[in-house]
Amino acid sequence: MTALNTPPLKTMELLRFSTAGSVDDGKSTLIGRLLYDAKSIFEDTLDAIARTTMKKGQEGLNLALLTDGLQAEREQGITIDVAYRYFATPRRKFIITDTPGHEQYTRNMVTGASTSDLAIILVDARKGPLIQSRRHAYLSSLLGIRHLVIAVNKMDTANYSDKRFKEIQHDFEPFLKRLGIPHLYFIPMSALHGDMVVERGENLDWYKGPTLLDLLETVPVSLSTTHLPARLPVQLVCRPQTPELPDFRGYMGRIESGTLKTGEAVTILPSGQRSRIRNLYLGEKELGEAIAPQSIQVTLEDEIDISRGDMIVSSQDSLPKTVRKFEAKICWLSETPLDLRRKYLLKHANRTVKAIVESLDYLVDINSLEQKPALTVEVNDIAHIHLKVLQPVMAEPYHENRKLGSFILIDESSNMTVAGGMIEKA
Amino acid sequence: MMTFNRLTHLEALESEAIHIMREVAAECRNPVLLFSGGKDSIVMLRLAEKAFLPGRIPFPLLHIDTEHNFPEVIKFRDKLANKLKVKLIVRSVQDSIDAGRIIEKPNQSRNTLQTTTLLDAIEEFGFDACFGGARRDEEKARAKERIFSFRDEFGQWDPRNQRPELWDLYNTRVHPGEHMRVFPISNWTELDVWQYIHNEQLEVPALYYAHEREVIERNGSLLPVSHLVRPKPGELTQRITVRFRTVGDMSCTCPVISEAENANEIILETAMTRITERGATRMDDKTSDASMELRKKEGYF
Repeated sequence: MTALNTPPLKTMELLRFSTAGSVDDGKSTLIGRLLYDAKSIFEDTLDAIARTTMKKGQEGLNLALLTDGLQAEREQGITIDVAYRYFATPRRKFIITDTPGHEQYTRNMVTGASTSDLAIILVDARKGPLIQSRRHAYLSSLLGIRHLVIAVNKMDTANYSDKRFKEIQHDFEPFLKRLGIPHLYFIPMSALHGDMVVERGENLDWYKGPTLLDLLETVPVSLSTTHLPARLPVQLVCRPQTPELPDFRGYMGRIESGTLKTGEAVTILPSGQRSRIRNLYLGEKELGEAIAPQSIQVTLEDEIDISRGDMIVSSQDSLPKTVRKFEAKICWLSETPLDLRRKYLLKHANRTVKAIVESLDYLVDINSLEQKPALTVEVNDIAHIHLKVLQPVMAEPYHENRKLGSFILIDESSNMTVAGGMIEKA
Repeated sequence: MMTFNRLTHLEALESEAIHIMREVAAECRNPVLLFSGGKDSIVMLRLAEKAFLPGRIPFPLLHIDTEHNFPEVIKFRDKLANKLKVKLIVRSVQDSIDAGRIIEKPNQSRNTLQTTTLLDAIEEFGFDACFGGARRDEEKARAKERIFSFRDEFGQWDPRNQRPELWDLYNTRVHPGEHMRVFPISNWTELDVWQYIHNEQLEVPALYYAHEREVIERNGSLLPVSHLVRPKPGELTQRITVRFRTVGDMSCTCPVISEAENANEIILETAMTRITERGATRMDDKTSDASMELRKKEGYF
């Protein structure tokens, strides 16, 4: 075993993507097909599926059963919650965030899209894009997804017609362009028969673009934010105060964007004090340079009072704004509506501060994208608000920096996460 | 100098896990790491070490001992805790049985019985966050569980009412008596775990590697012969070369036939294997399609 001794997997990248659509669009079948054809399904799992398929009086292998999770879901034939699946090809490792299309769609879709590089929206070739497809596309754009794949599925039921595919593309594209998602891809496929998912198949010769897997293996991992200004929100301060390390002060955290190097001039926010990076550590190892999203520890040349929630940023780059007020879009996640008279806890980049909604400006109708006036915000609503925080936060617009532009709101008495927010203007 | 502006998938997973561990250390009052001496908890301990160096790991370890464990795993557990100078708390299922807290049925695996002992220990020490080494690729109920998974005052998981988990802004808040189960390696697969063991050159108990062992074949699985598993009339024992993919209750943890003698060979074998980790090795998970889900709801790991 010589050539095999170093597994080729070592330099693989990680791509996270989400899938949205309802059972009717064939989403479960698509995921099943992707895992099956990429040979990521184990034999005992396949045996279990074959048995269940038979028990249900169906023929062959119902790939949709692969993504059935909880007992209640199997009994009712629905998907309740976000599920995570994993597969790898020799080129990449993938994390699929599978979000159900119907119940609680907004809340789940937002959760799934928040950590994804790419989103797949399924469209049934017979039906074309539905209101729901538009919703999913809007939420993907709201959450900053840069690569959106429209999987025109069930092409087998539309005679693999190139005309039908073009019709759908023609129909849907203007709406998607309005959303401003930078990279759009339309792929015709039949998840049931395996055309254009992993294999090209023989039925869609007129389509010259990539298969779904080709695309997943090659799109740039857009969550990589190393080109942005360097931001290190301090998560924890390390002061061992042991005889061997009496004066060691390390600042632990994850670089949320950019690159940090030894010797680099840095500014500490919100105080505005300046220093230089003495060392960068990962465990016992000293690094000359560290990049987002590495969890590292830095020591500085000067003794400065820094605590959790402060931010170390490169002095060369533009600084994030230190603000007490900002505008944001929020997605309300709780069954209890927003109470404008209450204070909520806002968690943002390792800071948790009290926050008040100063004004509720409007709700977004996620079907028409129109703004509508509102007196309250209920579960699954998208609202535009002005927020005031009691201590300052270091913020950037979400579309510029996902990590410094996102926050959650927590209800202090129930401890529930009630909203996810994206800063629009700081 | 060449600048690498991308992390490998394993570096990205490591960074995510360290971030999660530090978040617990920063926000939770009294965390603990659930430690079994198995490979996932060995990886967890290495991640904790890397997260907090040059400081010490700022939480103790808790092992729920079924007393059906492989003796070499227990020896390994003690050695590792000692080496890292972390406090190890052990609570025993046998003590819970002796105290009448649990009634053991004949021929029952002790994996399920750990729940009572675990919840009692959490209450005894007032832990508000317990790190677990569970992975979402292990099982379909786990595939739906959050990284920060809320448990009510009875230790129960309510899969239909989980806290939304957006970006990596974790909500760690609990009321007194409630706690969080936190799974830093949720997004790792079995292969990732072995690659990490290989890259970091971590020591694991010898029974993970190929060795000769006396086994019997029962219900289509191999069972290791021990004081808990004796051949029934008509069953033949045989000595073959095997390794374990998981280490749990000796009475129901099955080895697989393998010649893999080190982490690298296991990686190659795992990359090619066609049977899931739990399917190959845990008889108790075959009982019902929903057995893990039911156990988790009651407060299991």
